[in-house]
Amino acid sequence: MRSDRLNRSPLGLKIAAAAGLAFMHVPILLIFLYAFTTEEKSYQFPPPGLTTQWFAVAWNRPDVWAALTLSVKVASIATAVALVLGTLCAAAVSQTRFFGRETISLLVILPIALPGIITGIALRSAFSMAEIPFSFWTIVLGHATFCIVVVYNNAVARFRRISGSLIEASMDLGADGFQTFRYIILPNIGTALLAGGMLAFALSFDEVIVTTFTAGQQSTLPIWMLEELIRPRQRPVTNVVAMIVVLVTFLPILGAYYLTRDGDQIAGGGK
Amino acid sequence: MTAVVEHITIPDRRGPAGRLSDFFWKHPHVLLTVMLAPPLLWLGVVYIGSLFALLLQSFFSIDDFSGLINYEFTFATYRQLLSETNLDIILRTVSMAAIVTLASALIAFPIAYYAARYAQGKWKVLFYLGIMLPLWSSYLVKIYAWKLILAKEGIVTWFLAKVHLQWLLDAWLSLPVVGGNSLSVSYTGTFIVFVYVWLPFMILPIQAALERVPGNLIEASSDLGGTPAQTFRHVLFPLALPGIVAGSIFTFSLTLGDYIIPQIIGSSRLFIGQAVYAQQGTAGNIPLAAAFTVVPIVIMGAYLYMAKRMGAFDAL
Amino acid sequence: MSTAVLFDNVSRHFGAVRAVDGVNLEIAEGEFFAMLGPSGSGKTTCLRLMAGFEQPTGGHIEIFGETAEGVPPYRRSVNTVFQDYALFPHLSILDNVAYGLMVKGVGREERRRAAEDALAMVKLPSYGSRRPGQLSGGQRQRVALARALVNKPKVLLLDEPLGALDLKLREQMQEELKTLQKSLGITFVFVTHDQGEALSMADRIAVFNDGRIQQLGSPEEVYKQPKTRFVADFVGSSNVLPAKLCQKLGVRSAYASLRPEAILLSPPGEGALSLNGTVSAHSFLGAVNRVVVDVDGARIAVASPAALAVPNVGSPVTISFAAHELHPMEDA
Repeated sequence: MRSDRLNRSPLGLKIAAAAGLAFMHVPILLIFLYAFTTEEKSYQFPPPGLTTQWFAVAWNRPDVWAALTLSVKVASIATAVALVLGTLCAAAVSQTRFFGRETISLLVILPIALPGIITGIALRSAFSMAEIPFSFWTIVLGHATFCIVVVYNNAVARFRRISGSLIEASMDLGADGFQTFRYIILPNIGTALLAGGMLAFALSFDEVIVTTFTAGQQSTLPIWMLEELIRPRQRPVTNVVAMIVVLVTFLPILGAYYLTRDGDQIAGGGK
Repeated sequence: MTAVVEHITIPDRRGPAGRLSDFFWKHPHVLLTVMLAPPLLWLGVVYIGSLFALLLQSFFSIDDFSGLINYEFTFATYRQLLSETNLDIILRTVSMAAIVTLASALIAFPIAYYAARYAQGKWKVLFYLGIMLPLWSSYLVKIYAWKLILAKEGIVTWFLAKVHLQWLLDAWLSLPVVGGNSLSVSYTGTFIVFVYVWLPFMILPIQAALERVPGNLIEASSDLGGTPAQTFRHVLFPLALPGIVAGSIFTFSLTLGDYIIPQIIGSSRLFIGQAVYAQQGTAGNIPLAAAFTVVPIVIMGAYLYMAKRMGAFDAL
Repeated sequence: MSTAVLFDNVSRHFGAVRAVDGVNLEIAEGEFFAMLGPSGSGKTTCLRLMAGFEQPTGGHIEIFGETAEGVPPYRRSVNTVFQDYALFPHLSILDNVAYGLMVKGVGREERRRAAEDALAMVKLPSYGSRRPGQLSGGQRQRVALARALVNKPKVLLLDEPLGALDLKLREQMQEELKTLQKSLGITFVFVTHDQGEALSMADRIAVFNDGRIQQLGSPEEVYKQPKTRFVADFVGSSNVLPAKLCQKLGVRSAYASLRPEAILLSPPGEGALSLNGTVSAHSFLGAVNRVVVDVDGARIAVASPAALAVPNVGSPVTISFAAHELHPMEDA
């Protein structure tokens, strides 16, 4: 009786939900169309013709490659740092009953909860006060700061699912702390860390607001795109890059979803 | 079976790792400190330190002639913040944040409601990914997509011309505040892009809140003779409210702090984010930039306090 | 026979909460020892103190003559069967059982053989390749037992081992555990809140309440001669005679216990004690009738064999019992 009535959704609701979803997806699909347009100077719709030549042009652009390489490097290292720091935080918070864990959670979430511009300026002025020159590493530090929360959220959710008696059982059977970590904890949180790491990578790969403040003369891919958005010079190349960026970020999201689908949620709201 | 144990306490055969493990076992707080030190040093000391240093700068002022920062405690920068132009910027940003939040909630509700109530099995997965993918796809690409769409020669103009409604767009663009040369340089454009980009942040908490509403509660209301509108107003809406408030925390905060969207799609009039960016960058007035960042912090602080009292954090 | 576990005035306080408060006990090698009590009585904390998951805040613990304080769980030859079994979900049953040997550095082939033997011992010989999630509750319990026993512990700790099983399975496992313990000769210490389980399995029982041991003795002693009102209430269903009646019967203690089945609904024979009262209720319990007799306001339950006639409610009756069935008690 219950399911019967619930399964019949009102038509109006169906239309509104479908329209909402379409609103969310059509613009992204348009990106794919524009990557093939023959029009160079404007955003004309419908495209006067379709071509794949811009992929070759984009492929041969050293500035795009440089930006892409920098973004991948930054995202990899920021993810690695976030994995270590986020897991440490999550382990400390879940494995012990100590006061102040609320504070730790708040602290981890803060870099994402505050508008990016505040984090960006704060770090920028701190770097310049400490006379640290802007470099690859300042970008990484900025990114790691807000990537920790993604790893942390995933790891905390998984730690909560490991019952405390598993760790006690391992110690009871003769495994010391390191063995317990290696044989019991790591295999059980592994997929959560992988998912968190993928999301952190996606977050870093896409970040622009904090990066504009912590990067010197270097361009990550988002910075390159931002410049193109403000002063379009190479619209077709931008179109192609935009499409590639969409594809590159979709993969980790799908991966993270499949790794965490039974049980804990992807920390989506925590982006 | 193998006899392994001779003694009651098993001697250590693992060398330094075993001894270190024993040490940590005997002193769990040392282990905790070792684990927490690196993240706390970074987040608690460097990051929070930077934030406070920034806020502190808002109590300094800038020397008008030399352009150097005058390190003396003063409220001068805050007086400057409250000048008419700057108040204009703040008001503009807050109103935009408010209507963006409202519009996001309106569009998000049916999606969240459908996903929470009706979607099952593979549809549930589809909805989940359908919300997750736009949430996580590139922020700049999303803005770029709208630049394509809203351009004068773009799809909106094309579509309206096809259905002979071009006059409607022209009429709208000729309106005073919301209009402009084209959609991509109008407040309307800024508004649409804000709503688009933050929408997933509104859907997820509403969905989470609605998923906690037992289905029979809605049935009970209609069994008692409630019309769908009454059921919505008296049952569904109050129950979804914590989720809406939680989502609005995101949409509000993100709009207050953004400086890229209005820069790319919008008129030349500034939002808070742009003002901060301009003050710290071209103008080199870090104290004023810092004072500007205090505005979203104060607004969000008040907002969070109210949200907490409404129990919105359970829906996060 | 040597002492397996010794508690000398052991306390474990969590802030103001005295989970364990001045406990003394001595468990002999090869003994099947039960710690019985309601939840929060301190029995589980005592078990965790033996396993090494908790450290005493006072007193001294010895396991086979060696000091246990400061020795981590992984260096004690004590193994635990956890209440929720705590099987490792990511490992096969065989790897679960072999885990203890693996971390101690026993070779692959040797530990596989040992684990298979252990699984055969708990009657799950061909289950090694399965995962914990594919097993029933009773099977998991056996795996947990095999996983602990494969390490040849000197003391096996069992935390409410049968709590999650249904009645029939529980009775069967009680038998098996008892047999296993006798054949292995390992000291078993088990925690339970089920008095029937403790009475039927244990060689000796410690009854816990409020972090203290109320009584320590054989099942028969604990059942027949409860030392405190708590034990009388918790273990079985003894009558507690108030001071007034004790005085009447010439007992030199404030309270005394009297088991319902020790009372006859007939005038006293030679050397027996008696009381007069009225029948206030009765109910049929199968083998016996439970008759409640009101004696000067005290309600005394009598278990009368079902073959005997039951007096009507309200009729006067004399109850009698042998003097040695009346056990003086310590406290109020």
